[in-house]
Amino acid sequence: MQSHAQPRVLMALKGIDKGFSGVSVLKGVDLTLRAGRVHALAGENGAGKSTLMKILSGVYRYDAGTLWLRDEEVVFTTPRQAMDSRIAIIHQELNLVPGLSAGENIFLGREPRTALGTVDWKRLHRDARQLLDRLRQSLDSRTAVSELSIGQQQMVEIARALSLDAEIIIMDEPTDALTDIETEILAEVVAELRAEGRSLVLITHRLNEIFSMCDEVAVLRDGQMIHQGPTAELDEDGLIRLMVGRELAERYPYTPATPDGEAMLEVEDLEAPGVKGISFSARRGEVLGFGGLMGAGRTELARALCGDTRISAGSVKLHGQPVRFASPAEALAAGLVYVPEDRKQAGLILPHSVANNMSLSALPSFCGAFGRIRHGEEAAAVESFVKSMQIKVSNTDQPVDTLSGGNQQKVSLAKALMPAPELVILDEPTRGVDVGAKREIYLLINELKRQGKCVLLISSEMPELLGLADRILVVADGRISGEFSRENATQEAIMTAASGLESLLSSGNDAANGTSMSSAASRATARPSSTPDSSASRHEMPN
Amino acid sequence: MSTPSSSAASGRRLDVMRLLVDNKALIALALLIAVSAGLSDNFLSSDNLLNVLRQTSINAIIAMGVTFVILTAGIDLSVGAVLALTGAFAASMTAAGLSPWLSVPGTIIAGAGLGAISGLFVAFGRIQAFIVTLVAMTVLRGATLVYTDGRPVSIGVSEAADSFWNLGGGYWLGVPIPIYMMFFVYVLCWGVLHHTRFGRHVYAVGGGEKVARLSGINVNRIKISVYAIAGAFAALAGAILAARLGSAQPNAGTGYELDAIAAVVIGGTSLMGGRGRIFGTLIGALVIGVLNNALNIMGVSSYYQMIAKGAVILLAVLIDSRAQK
Repeated sequence: MQSHAQPRVLMALKGIDKGFSGVSVLKGVDLTLRAGRVHALAGENGAGKSTLMKILSGVYRYDAGTLWLRDEEVVFTTPRQAMDSRIAIIHQELNLVPGLSAGENIFLGREPRTALGTVDWKRLHRDARQLLDRLRQSLDSRTAVSELSIGQQQMVEIARALSLDAEIIIMDEPTDALTDIETEILAEVVAELRAEGRSLVLITHRLNEIFSMCDEVAVLRDGQMIHQGPTAELDEDGLIRLMVGRELAERYPYTPATPDGEAMLEVEDLEAPGVKGISFSARRGEVLGFGGLMGAGRTELARALCGDTRISAGSVKLHGQPVRFASPAEALAAGLVYVPEDRKQAGLILPHSVANNMSLSALPSFCGAFGRIRHGEEAAAVESFVKSMQIKVSNTDQPVDTLSGGNQQKVSLAKALMPAPELVILDEPTRGVDVGAKREIYLLINELKRQGKCVLLISSEMPELLGLADRILVVADGRISGEFSRENATQEAIMTAASGLESLLSSGNDAANGTSMSSAASRATARPSSTPDSSASRHEMPN
Repeated sequence: MSTPSSSAASGRRLDVMRLLVDNKALIALALLIAVSAGLSDNFLSSDNLLNVLRQTSINAIIAMGVTFVILTAGIDLSVGAVLALTGAFAASMTAAGLSPWLSVPGTIIAGAGLGAISGLFVAFGRIQAFIVTLVAMTVLRGATLVYTDGRPVSIGVSEAADSFWNLGGGYWLGVPIPIYMMFFVYVLCWGVLHHTRFGRHVYAVGGGEKVARLSGINVNRIKISVYAIAGAFAALAGAILAARLGSAQPNAGTGYELDAIAAVVIGGTSLMGGRGRIFGTLIGALVIGVLNNALNIMGVSSYYQMIAKGAVILLAVLIDSRAQK
């Protein structure tokens, strides 16, 4: 838009390729960072944003391409080198030592010394004070980091970046854990840093932040840089289209829901850790999709429903009966099972065998007196699931961690399905799963539906939601921010609801409130003035 | 077509390595026995072998209980103290004329109860097992001194005392009773760990507590149970020890918890939980027993024996950690 002289280029990435064990994550990515500019890096989950930033900051080596810093080609082999080149990265999961004070963290490894070689505490805390003042933080630099709020910890990280006199500051989802006020302060700090001529990179899912805080936006999609240009040249719809712009192929087999399924699950005003009042119902033979951003409260909802966390208010009815599970064991006994997102930590015992993992939940049904396991029955059940789910194993005594991601996920699903539950909550069931196994998991979901079970499908992959779910609820900030029927759901509408952008929502109706849903509200939120998906992928870089 | 065959060969080599590592305790035991037999004619005499087994039985029984705890990624430092207190219970019950058919089960139940208390704090208090059982060790040592007034508790002289004495000092078919006890406990543990739901759950809790919980396992119940089991076996060992000596010593079992943990670790059970076998623990206890016996026969002082034991434990753990890579 502006044609007058661009600020000088601080850093440039050219043709960066990066793969992990044969899977290409970044393909020929170009990125230019200018002094005195705030750059947004946008893209869906898994588009390669974090990988790109880790390359910028020396954490990962890249396979091909060049990195230019102040017109010189550089090769970073360690994060230390990037740090010495005045590049600072503030990771989503903060990198502070909880037991040390704010001041100690800011100057960790670079503590000022006295003539005697001991730490000059006076100077350390005086310098820390100055940095914190610049960030409008009144916290005492002698306070242990573990006693600070997440927002304050974030500010300590930024203070550390400032103490390094970083010229390029990368922030990965900095506002995710911040309160509104903290976010405002952060925005002011970012504006100041920009005015000082520093270059900032913000990775964020929140569209309003991209438009309010950033000068330029770079969009990654499936490992390719789709677009880089001034924010002013785009509007929200345009940006969303750039981000999602993927064709919905016939990869998603869909079978219509049985229309008159009875209500199996009724949730009313549910409150639990991370869940701030959610109501919905799900029917027999229905796949109910849950969209939203990471950390929006979908996993928290699932954990509350299956008894893993405590419900603080509201009611849950299963088959019309009020229930309140004190543990996942009780939920399982009532026919509700949760397949967690994090299969390595929560889904499977990786060093244990395929058979032992698979039969874990269903074990009581193979046991006789004194809990004696009838090994024959167990083995037969395991065999039949291996066969029907086409799990590729050499034998069922093989440890699960020797399987591919897709097969691991199938084992995790088999474990959940073996006790024949009525209601299945699937949390990101295809994360880290290859295309072939994905399709098999989709077919399995349809099969569950055909059997009259109820499936709650949590997914951050929008095509998956659109392709499989009969209805889609969007969760943002622990509340339902949109409801869509299969017919009127679009990627743009879901993204809009997920980002907590209320302009489109409130223009139609009061649906943004979210706690009580009506079909009228859902219709009003469904189709913003947007073009069909087909044109989305045809956005070229404006160069 | 050379690639598949060479990878198969390397696979086979790996299998052999695996087999060696998995059975390192057994190999170590065989080596120890061979070396001891070579160095001393006495070692292989049936008297000496039975002696080794009897000496090992106390540690083996305790260690098998501790195996359950360690499989859940916990630890129990209190078993030695439980042994002392319950041994005193057994002795005083016997002195009061109670038949061993009542006093021994009573002792075991008392031990299970003491263990369960630790388990409650680990499960519901969410305190680290190390701390809980360290506290239990201290408290129970104190309780033993209070209960015994710091003096040995004699089992007395009676018909009940005679039959109680058999538990530790008696023979059946020429084999000491404690050896039968050890094998009975082994078979029991093997059955429970490998052929029951409870055993599977113990492994699951140690392998991944979060996974176990989400899979519908009552993790707290499992945790309390394993500490109860460790307490129960420690109590059985306490009764055997008191029976053999004819009295319960207030400071009996000092340091036994460490021998038990050593046996478990030599047996290949991971302190991280979820991995290990009860057979390994039995062999681990035998390795320690044979080592002590061989060094004794060779006239090595007990000071050096401690150093040797430490070296064996270190070696076992080292092999395990190398094999993990």
